[in-house]
This record gives sequence, C-alpha cells and structure tokens, in this order.
Amino acid sequence: MKAPSAFNRVSVAAGLAFLYLPIILLVIYSFNASRLVTVWGGFSTKWYGALLQDDQLLDAIGVTLRVGLISATLATVLGVLAAVALVRSGRFKGRLLFSGMVFAPLVMPEVVLGLSLLLLFVAVGLPRGFWTVTVSHATVTLCYATVVIQARLVSFDKALEEAARDLGCTPVQAFFAVTLPNIAPAVAAAWMLAFTLSLDDLVIASFTSGPGATTLPMRIYSQVRLGVSPEINAVSTLLIGLVATGVIGVYLVQQRRARVADLGAG
Amino acid sequence: MSAKPRGGLAALAPFLWLGVFFLFPFFLVAKLSLSDTALAMPPYAPRVDWSAGSEGVRAFFAALDFETYARLTSDSLYIASYLSSLRFAAVATGMLLIIGYPIAYGMSRFPPAQRQALLMAVILPFWTSFLIRVYAWIAVLKPQGLLNAALAQIGLGPLNLLNTDTAVYIGLVYAYLPFMVLPLYAVLEKQDQSQLEAAADLGCTPSQAFWRVTFPLSLPGVAAGALLCFIPMVGEFVIPDLLGGSGTLMLGKTIWAEFFANRDWPAASAVAIVLLATLVIPILLYQRQQQKMIEAAQ
Repeated sequence: MKAPSAFNRVSVAAGLAFLYLPIILLVIYSFNASRLVTVWGGFSTKWYGALLQDDQLLDAIGVTLRVGLISATLATVLGVLAAVALVRSGRFKGRLLFSGMVFAPLVMPEVVLGLSLLLLFVAVGLPRGFWTVTVSHATVTLCYATVVIQARLVSFDKALEEAARDLGCTPVQAFFAVTLPNIAPAVAAAWMLAFTLSLDDLVIASFTSGPGATTLPMRIYSQVRLGVSPEINAVSTLLIGLVATGVIGVYLVQQRRARVADLGAG
Repeated sequence: MSAKPRGGLAALAPFLWLGVFFLFPFFLVAKLSLSDTALAMPPYAPRVDWSAGSEGVRAFFAALDFETYARLTSDSLYIASYLSSLRFAAVATGMLLIIGYPIAYGMSRFPPAQRQALLMAVILPFWTSFLIRVYAWIAVLKPQGLLNAALAQIGLGPLNLLNTDTAVYIGLVYAYLPFMVLPLYAVLEKQDQSQLEAAADLGCTPSQAFWRVTFPLSLPGVAAGALLCFIPMVGEFVIPDLLGGSGTLMLGKTIWAEFFANRDWPAASAVAIVLLATLVIPILLYQRQQQKMIEAAQ
C-alpha cells in the first residue's frame, strides 16, 4: 500500500486543526487572568476558584450528574433488551414499528422530541422536574445505546450461545453466562455514550425540566446568552477534560485488549 | 439451531417504553396542532369526553380543525423560516461533503495503526459538549474576538461575523463534520486497493481512477453522511440561536420561540408536525440505508 500523499496529510491535518482549534483556544483562555477575550492578562486559575463559590452552578452540576447516572443506566438496560430483540429474535409482530421507534429518535430534531415529551407530562399531569428530565433522557439515549450494542451483537458468534443451550442452559442463563460477558465492552461504551449525551443535552432538558432541576447545560446556556465569560470557559474546560479523559481511557484499554487478543491468536 | 423465534420477548420492555415516551407523545403533538389557540396554559379545547362514550369521541374529532395550519401558511414569517431551514441544511450538507470527503479519504490512506488514532481524534469532539463547542466559536467570531485580533495582525479586517448567516454556516459545518467524515471513512477504508491498481494498469491516471472507481464505490457513504447531517440540521436550534442573528430564521428556533416566548403551544406543535412531515422521506431513506448496512454485516 502506498504512503499517504502530501495532499492526504494536509487535508487530515487541516480537518483536525479546524475541529480542535476553537476548543483549544477556549481551554487556554479559561486560564486568562483578564476578563477580555483578546487580552492575555497572565496565567491564572482564579476563574476555577470562582466556580466553587457559585452555588447555583454547583447545584446544576449535581442535578446533571444524577440525571446522567440514572438515565444512562435505564437506557443501557433497555438498550441491551432492544438490541437482543433486533438481532436475535428474527421476525416478530410489530418488528417494523419497533425498529422504527428505536432508530427514529436518532435523527429526530431535538426540539420536536422535547416538545412531544413535555406534552406527555402535561397531559398526564406530572409536575416537571428531576424525574421528567431523567425519563426523557433515558428515552432519547436508549436509541444510541441500542445501536452501539447491536453493532457488537451482530458480530458475536451465535454458536457460542447455542453451545451453552446444548449444555443445558436456559436462554436467560445462556445470555448471562455467555452473551453478556462477550458484549460487555459494547455495553460499557453504550452506557458512556448515553451518560455523555445526557450530560450534554440542552434542548430536551429545557422542555422537560421544571423548577429546582436546572441542569448544567441549561445554566451554561442562560449565561452564554449574555456573552462570553471566563467562568463558563473554566467550567467548559473541566467538562471537556472529564469527557476526554474518560473516552481516551476507554480507547487505550480497548487497544491493549485488542493487542493481547492478537498475541493470543498469533 | 435454536432459531425458534423467541417472540421478541426481550423487546417487550423497550417496546412499551418507546410506545409510552416516544410514539404516544407524537399523537399529542398532532392533536394539539389541530386544537384551537388559547392563551395562557393548557388543557386546550377540545378534550375527549369519555363519559359520553362514542358520542364524546366523535365530538372530539369534530372539534379538531386545521385553523393553526391555515394561520401558518398565511404568515410569511413561517414560510420564510421553513424555506430558510431547508436552505441552511442543504447548503451546509454540500459544504460538509466538500470539506469532509478529502479528510475521510486522507485518513483512509494512512497505515492501519495510525488510522485508529485518527479515527479517535475525529470522534473525540463528538463526545465533547455540543453547546460548549458552539460557544467556543462566539469567542472566535465576535467583533472584538480572536479572529479579528488575528486579522488585525496581518492588517486585515475587521469582519463582523457573529450573529450573521455566515456564522451559522461555520457552526453547522463545524458541529456536524464528524457525522460526515465517519460514514465516508467507513466506506473508503474498506475499499480494495487492487481495484485502483487494476485501473492504473488499464491506463487510468490517478484522478481518472478516483472519479471512475473510488468515488462511485463511496456513494453509499456519501448518502449516509449527507442524510445524517441534513436531517438534524433542518431542526437545529442551538447553532442558529447562539451564532445567528435576529434575522436568522430556522424552524427549530421558531418552535422554541412559539413555545417559550409566545406560549402558543398549538402553533409550536403545528410547526413541529410540518418539520416532521418534511423529514419523513429523508428519515425513511436513512433507515433503509442503515438496514442495508446491518444486513450486509450479517
């Protein structure tokens, strides 16, 4: 195979620069002592200190983490079931409707999803707050979780599951003893994706949240509308750092596992 | 083979969940869009009078009308925002293809080990908060921002980009670039190099080989990437709201404004239904594409 040409290298480098430059600038300016964007007033961590004094912001972080943990767990459990149904069950009544419902929210405008969920909560007279956001996030992220788990399940050798059945396992036993351990990395990835999406969501939370359940993106949004502020740069940097560490960590673990598997196979 | 269909028993819980929290709410949106406008809070007339039995259900349907839709079509603002949404999404999709293709193609030419790292580098921003990535552009584009400071250094500018349509295009291309690059990369990476060598042996120049072999074979990726970007961009809210100006019209913004600012729930619902009706065909196309790819993998 030929080495990448100069054109290939330049397009990849330019693409990555475009993707990363704004984020890097934001991170750098979160350490700017000056409040102005274009004036570098020296290195300072004072905006991070200011975050700790901001009770509303800390409260929003707490709400966001709790919503994320619960909704991601719900979404992953439902996502495993949905993926198993789509990959293993062949044709069943309502399959078309089911797969439609699983994939549609992936491409549905968030504004429409948010509005429809809000109308549901209003129709059944549920006061909006922590649980309505959590349920809404679980609904939307369930679809992403299903896609991730389904992709792994498709490539998983069905014969292993059948061997377990031949050795006397019930379908449920075979699932827990053989299938689940094999798709575990995908389940973990699905949970992380669901968690990150929940952490990130502004639109659906704005529709389905109520008093006392302001999430971090809602808080950031209300401040961003007033303009660029160093405190927002600081909290954004923390969030970016958290997510990047998690994602790169998972990536490195998977790389090492793949290398070990290669050695084993060789 | 234990291929006796296990009846989709596993599907039961997610099926019910999605039925209650995804499907049913859409009927509510549709219903509300046919209801009469009432200021302040719901419930909106009409409601089903269950005690009256079938008579009540009939009365409920009789009271529904298309008044809200008539209002939408008679107001030039709605029509303008509908057309402008489609224009933004279509132009940005075109720009994404032009920018994303060389990136995906370049990535696929790297040795496999480096490809993995590049793939990771393209996916990573997708995991980073959308809101924060859009917000990062405000500091770059605003009048006293970083772009103008850089331009001043070389004696150019200043440019007034923030709160313009140009800023919305920059934001759309920036935020959706990974969604375009990944499907393109997926098809380009799998391409058999020997086909290109065969084309070269038969006398093709590299550019002929690209247009006659590589590009036609990558069309499924082009379709997947274009749909994956176009569909959500039509309903985009955060980007036009933060980077666009008061004159930037998009349906996502319109729904938000009708709902939160004007408190006109039926109008917001009707705009949502119009938006969905517009996206039904692209969404179905996308689903068929996905189904095909899953079947190909199986």
